[in-house]
Parts: sequence; structure tokens; C-alpha cells
Amino acid sequence: MTVMDRRLPERGRNSIDAAAARRRCRAYRKRILDISQQVSALHVAPAFSCTEITDTIYHELMRKAPDGSFHDVFLMSKGHGCMIQYVILEEVGLLSRADLDAYCKPNGRLGAHPDYETPGINASTGSLGHGMGLATGQAYGEKLKNTDVLIYCVLSDGEFQEGSTWEAMMMAANLKLDNLIGFMDFNDFGGLERMSDGHRAFYPLVPKAEAFGWESVEVDGHDAEAIVNAVTARRGGRPLLLVCRTVKGKGISYMENVPIWHYRSPNKDEYQQGLKELADAAE
Amino acid sequence: MRNRFADTFYELGKADNRLCVVVADISPAGSIAKFRNEFPTRFINTGVAEQIMIGMVAGMAQRGLRPFAYTIATFTLYRPFEMVRDDLCYQNLPVTIVGIGGGVTYSTLGATHHAQEDVAIASTIPNMSVIAPCDPSETEAATRWCAGQQRGPVYLRLGKAGEPDFSSKAPEPWQFGKIRQLRPGTDVCVLSYGPIIKQAFGVADRFQARGQSAAVYSVHTLKPLDSEGLAEVLGRFARVVVVEECAPNGSFAMRLQQLAWQRQAKCRIDAFTLQDAFIHCYGSHEDLLAAHGLSVPDICTRLGLN
Repeated sequence: MTVMDRRLPERGRNSIDAAAARRRCRAYRKRILDISQQVSALHVAPAFSCTEITDTIYHELMRKAPDGSFHDVFLMSKGHGCMIQYVILEEVGLLSRADLDAYCKPNGRLGAHPDYETPGINASTGSLGHGMGLATGQAYGEKLKNTDVLIYCVLSDGEFQEGSTWEAMMMAANLKLDNLIGFMDFNDFGGLERMSDGHRAFYPLVPKAEAFGWESVEVDGHDAEAIVNAVTARRGGRPLLLVCRTVKGKGISYMENVPIWHYRSPNKDEYQQGLKELADAAE
Repeated sequence: MRNRFADTFYELGKADNRLCVVVADISPAGSIAKFRNEFPTRFINTGVAEQIMIGMVAGMAQRGLRPFAYTIATFTLYRPFEMVRDDLCYQNLPVTIVGIGGGVTYSTLGATHHAQEDVAIASTIPNMSVIAPCDPSETEAATRWCAGQQRGPVYLRLGKAGEPDFSSKAPEPWQFGKIRQLRPGTDVCVLSYGPIIKQAFGVADRFQARGQSAAVYSVHTLKPLDSEGLAEVLGRFARVVVVEECAPNGSFAMRLQQLAWQRQAKCRIDAFTLQDAFIHCYGSHEDLLAAHGLSVPDICTRLGLN
């Protein structure tokens, strides 16, 4: 058996390079803004709200085999957030620059929602409320195979309005799937409105997850260290849901918490302003 | 059929630890109960929750397992339709969905439990294969094929229990994707699938009694349809009769008529399907079929055989 580096960051130790993580996330946001000037069919703000979550999973949490392949599994249940996954997969070498250049073009293989069996893509998503069920099946599959593979699944908060997500939550807890870790991108926005305005009964979230048999904790979803610490501090024995407080459109002032940016792509001026804001943030 | 499926699955499952069964609150019949006792981790009950039943089998298949989802036919397809379409078919995963009580098998339970459009609906989804065996013997052959195949998702439509044997002495073996002659004949060909094949044999007998030689074929694989085999039948027989337990829109009969048009077939086709209606009738399976106009005497009257 090959020896793998399967260590998770140790509890309570600040094992991550927070400055490097911030640098990476600025670069991802810039790359996504660049692509938005080639193809307007992309969800910028939903990708920016889960940028730090996804970066942290790929760079701090998922373990690698000696050949560099990922030992653990990542699922982007909120398929419309896939731009952040694509740019990370480009960075780690699973997708090529040519793949991203051909995004949403007929000669390419990347669409506005991820497609199973594209390198690095472990499920076809896009319709909301499917990822948690798939992740539950995958986590149970790994249990049956007696592996220590962990399934990391990023979901939108809106997906928790789908009954199917709660069917999966209940089942994952029944099966005590401690190898399943969910990250709710809690940006409080659906496509239409702020959920805390229109859907008050949706809250509170952590007690709901706990009532369904999960361990759950709320964290700052733009703070890599907080995310890592929450995962390493888990009690275990059951699935874990991090309710990650985020800002939709994070990092670009005119996008933050403005619903239209769920779908919209920046025009030239907005693009330039976005680049400037990202550069300013680096200083 | 249910019991033969269970016996076959149990036997296959003993030899292949990738085989799992995920049910949604349906009591495990026959050997599935034995499977559950011997392999408790490979039997999962999601409870009254069909969306996660389908989501789970998809996820398990993605990690290399060979799961079967198993419940009452309506609940395998209708409630979790988008999971069937996106999770199983779009991702093209080798999962078998076993629908128990296809058509109007659950004859006392009302239309909430009638999968009267299941074959039509399942056949519309890309990558999906659809198999409806006619009896326990075909159920065994189909189950073996499902457990070993790599092709993609399958909807395996079964009846319930107690169906008689029609095919164990058939002149041809069961073969996925091929129509199967169960009784030879030269003048008329009766095409059918699923347990309603008993009606097909009843109709064939009436043709025989009037001196016409009537063949009976099991069209057990509804998708992919054996177009070449069916075209050969359309060319060889002067009269073709379809008897099926499925609503007319999207039915096998409709697809056969389309094929006949495309191939410029000269034969006469008489099609007998369920009605495009919710019929508020409660009784035996025979009673329900009769209410849909699918009793043997009713079919024979419409064929001019009385």
C-alpha cells in the first residue's frame, strides 16, 4: 500500500498560510472577471461567495495521493458556483488554460454548470437540491468500500429550501456518515431576494441541521482559518455541516448583496473597476 | 416476478459485493429479506423518501458500487423524476430501478398507485434502458443482465407476485434488446410485454380457434427497441396486434406504428393499450384491465373475432 499524506491540519494549530490563501482567492476572482469579458453566461456573484470555501477545501482540507491526485472528493452541489471550481482545477492542473478559454463555447467542454467525468468534476449539478443526495450516496459507498475517503460538498443556502436536501440530511445522519462534510454557502440570497426578508422561517440554520442529526457550526465563510478550525474541531461520529456566512459577490463592491449579479456579467467599465478593487485589496 | 427477482438478486449478491439494494419503505419480499439479514450494510431503507433513494444509488454507483433502487413503480419514477433524469440518466450510471407493480397491477389502490405511463415516460429519457419481463423466467434473465451490465441506467418494470410462466419453454432465449418469440405462428403476430402477455396468449388462442396461426412475441426490451426485429415482423405478417399495459401516448404501440410508417409496412396493426384516462375502478387486475377495454373478449370483439 502506498503511503499517503492523510494528515488533517492539527486541532488548534494555525497551520494555514492565510496570506497565501488571500492571494490565491484574489487571483481566482480576477481570472473569473477576465472570463466574464469573453463569455457573459456565467454566475459571478455566486462563485465569489464560495471562493474562500472552495479554495480552503482544495488547498487545506483535501488530501492528496503521492501521484498528486486528490484522495478525497469534492462535489459542487451549487452547480452555478462552478466558475470558482474551474479556476481552481485550472490552477491545480486538472483543467487546462485551453479548457477555460473554451468555456461555454461549442468546441469546449466546460459549461455554466459542471458536467460529470470532466476532469475534477465528480457530479453533474445545476439543478438545485441534488448534490446532498449524491454526496450521501458517495459517502456511503466509501463506507461500504472501507476507505477513509472524505466527501466535501458545497451547497447554496437556497438548496436547503429543497425538500430533497433534507431527505438527504436525514439519511446521512441515519447512516452516521462522518465522512461527509457539507459547506452551506450562506449568503442569504436566492436569485430573487434576500431570504431573511422573504423566508423568515428558513432560519435558524444550525439548530435545524442539528435537529436532523448533524453536527453543525456557523463560521465566517471568507475566513480560511475559521473554516479549517471548525472542521478540525469537530466532535465527529456524524456528518458535519458548516454554515458558512458569506457575502454574495464578495470582493467587488457593486456586486455585494445586489441580486442582479446572480446572473449579470460586468461591462467594460465595471470590469475595470473590479480589477482595481481586487488590486487595491492586495495592498 | 417479485419473488424471482428477489431469489436471483440474492444469488447474484452473494457472489458480487458491489450489488446493493436501496428501498423506500417497501417491505422486503422473499429473498430480499434474506439478503438484508446476511448483508445488512448492503440493504438500505431510505424510508418514505424517494428522492434520496435515487440520489443515493447515483452516488453509490459513482463510487463503484452496483446498486438497485426498489419500490412501487410509481414512486420509483414519478416522485423522484428529476433525480432519475439528472442523477442517473444524465450521468449515465449503471443503476437498475426496479418498479414493482407496473401498469395497473395495484388494482385496488387507485390511480395514485398506477404506473400506467411508466414505460412511456422512462423511454423518453436519454441513456435509459427499459425492460418489462412478461413472467418470472424473463424476470430472472433480465435481473442477471441488469446486475452485470455497464451500459447505464435501467428501468426494470415488474408485476407483483403469482404471475404464471409463459416463457421458460420459449424457442428463443432472452436477449437484451431483442424481441423474443414465445409461440410460433404464420398469419397473425401478437406483440406484448409484461404480465398482460396473458391477454396476448388469450387473443392468440382465439385466432387459432378460427383457424388462423397466431405467433406471440415478448417485446421485453422497450428501449432500445429492436427496430430490425420488429420491422421483420411487420414485413412477415399480414396482421399485427399489440396488447400492452401502458397509456397510449408514448406507448410501444405508438412507436411500432411510427416504425411501420417509416418502413412502409403493408400489414394491418391493431393496438390495444390502457386508456388515456384515470379510471376510478377498484377490483382485481383483470377488472382494471377490463375497465380499460383490455379483457380478452373485449379485445377480440374489437378485432372482429366474435
